[in-house]
Amino acid sequence: MSIIEVKNLTVKYRGIEALSGVSFEAHTADYIGIVGPNGSGKTTLIKALLELVPYEGKIYFSGRDLSLLTKEKHIGYLPQKISFLDQRFPATAKEIVVSGVYCCKKFPKHLSQDDYRAAEEAMGILGISNLRDRPIGRLSGGQQQRVLLARALVHRPEILILDEPTIALDPQSRQAFYETVQKLNKENKVTVLLVSHDIGSVGKYASKLLYLDRQLIFYGTFEEFCKSPEMTDYFGSGQHNICHRH
Amino acid sequence: MMNVFQQIQEALQYAFIQRAIIAGCFMALGCSFLGVFLVLRRFSLIGDGLAHVSFATVAIGLLLRAQPMVVSIPLVGLASLVILKLNEKARVYGDAAIGLVSSFGIALGVIIASTAGGFNVDLFSYLFGNILSVSSFEVWMTVVISLLVALAIVLFFHDLFAITFDEEYAYVSGIKVKMVNKILILLTSFIVVLGIKIVGTMLVSSLIILPAVSVLQIVKSFRATIAIAGVFAVVSVVIGIFASYVLNLPSGATIVMINFIFFIAAFLYGRIKG
Repeated sequence: MSIIEVKNLTVKYRGIEALSGVSFEAHTADYIGIVGPNGSGKTTLIKALLELVPYEGKIYFSGRDLSLLTKEKHIGYLPQKISFLDQRFPATAKEIVVSGVYCCKKFPKHLSQDDYRAAEEAMGILGISNLRDRPIGRLSGGQQQRVLLARALVHRPEILILDEPTIALDPQSRQAFYETVQKLNKENKVTVLLVSHDIGSVGKYASKLLYLDRQLIFYGTFEEFCKSPEMTDYFGSGQHNICHRH
Repeated sequence: MMNVFQQIQEALQYAFIQRAIIAGCFMALGCSFLGVFLVLRRFSLIGDGLAHVSFATVAIGLLLRAQPMVVSIPLVGLASLVILKLNEKARVYGDAAIGLVSSFGIALGVIIASTAGGFNVDLFSYLFGNILSVSSFEVWMTVVISLLVALAIVLFFHDLFAITFDEEYAYVSGIKVKMVNKILILLTSFIVVLGIKIVGTMLVSSLIILPAVSVLQIVKSFRATIAIAGVFAVVSVVIGIFASYVLNLPSGATIVMINFIFFIAAFLYGRIKG
C-alpha cells in the first residue's frame, strides 16, 4: 500500500491555480525529488501536504484521509531555513532539536528524559552532538541545517518533507547534507520528499523525480526521465544537459 | 542630613511606597516575560500601540464617570485582537497594524477630551503615569494579571517557544498557533492597561522592550533569557522607585532610565565578551 496518495490535487491562490489536478503515489522508503522552475508549485505541493494551504482533491496517508489524521506525528518537516532563522535567537542547538517532540505532546506539554535522549540520538545520527550547547545563531549554515533536520527527525517520523534544504549551503555542505538524507532514507526506511531547483543533484540521490509546472509534467525514475520522449519534447536540448550533468 | 540608606528606610515606611514596590515588581515581571516573546517576534511596539489605545479608553472611562481601568481592560483587549486580525487576515504588516490602531486610539482620545472637556487634567495624568499613586485595587489587579501571565507562560512555554522560533513549523507540529497568539496578545493588552498607571502611556512599552533587549545582548539560552529579563526588570523598578524618592525625580521616567542603564551595561558586556 502507498504511504502517500495524492488524488487530483488543486490549489488556488485568489482564484489563480497554483497547482492543477496533481495525482501521484509514494511508497515506503521512496526518495522523491520534487523539481520544477520558479513558481511551478513545488512549495505549494508541500504546503498542501502539510495542510498549510487550503486545497481541493484528496490526500491519503497510509490509506487514511490526511485531514482526519494527527499528521504531525507521522511527518518530519524541514522548512527553507533562510526564510526565518533569526541569527540572534537565544536558544541552543539542543533546545531547538528537542522542540521537535512538541508535536506528540498533549497540553500542558512536559518534556521527559526520554525526549532529551531522543534529541541526543537525533543529534548523534547527524553528527552534531558536539554542538548541543552552542547558540543556534553562532552555527554555520550547514550546521544550522543539520540542527533543523535533527528537529524534524527527533520524533522518528515515517515521512520527511524537505523544502529547498540546501539553498543556503556551500557545495561541500550541500553534498554532505544530501548524503545524510540518503542514509536516513536507506538505513531508517524514511520516505523522503525533497523540493529542489537542481534536478541534476536531486536526480543523483532520489529514487524518483516529480516534475511540476503548475501541473504534473513527469513522475518516475531519473533514468525514465532521461529516456522519456515526452520529456525530450518538453525540454528540447535541456533534457540532454540535465541527464549529461548527472 | 539623612544618608541614602536612611532615606530608603524612611520611604519603606510609607504605604504608598510599599504599594508602588509591590505593583511595580509584579508589573515588571509580567511585562518582561511577555517582552521576550514580543521582541523576538518583532511585535515589541504593540505595547506602544495598545498604550495609545488605552489613552482613548481612559478618556471613555472618565467621560462615563467609570473606573478607567475597568473600561480600558476589555476595550484594549479588543483592540489587541483587531491588531492580530489585521496582521493575519487583512495582510497588513504587524508594525503597520499597530500604527493603524494606535493612531486611531490617540485621535479618538483627543477628540473625546476636546469635545467633552472637564477631565483633561485627569486624562493627561495618564500620559506619564504615577506609580506612587496606585490604589490597593490597582495593586491587586496588577498582582492577579502578572500571575496570570506567569501561569500562561508556564503552561504554554513549549508552544510559545516553538511559535517564537518558527511559527510555520509550530503549526505543522500541531500547535494551536492562533489560540496561543490570542492569549499572548490579550495578556499584553491587560498588562499595558495596568502599566499606564505606573509609567504612563508614553513609557509603558519600555517595560516590555528594555529588559528583553538587554538580556538578549548577553544570554544564549531561552529559559535563561526569560528568567534574567524578569530579574533585570524587578531590580530596575526597585532601584527606580528609591532613586526617584531620594533624588525627587518622576518615578516612571526614573524606572525607564534605570532599565536603559541596564541595557547599556548589557550591550557593553556583550560586546566585550563577544
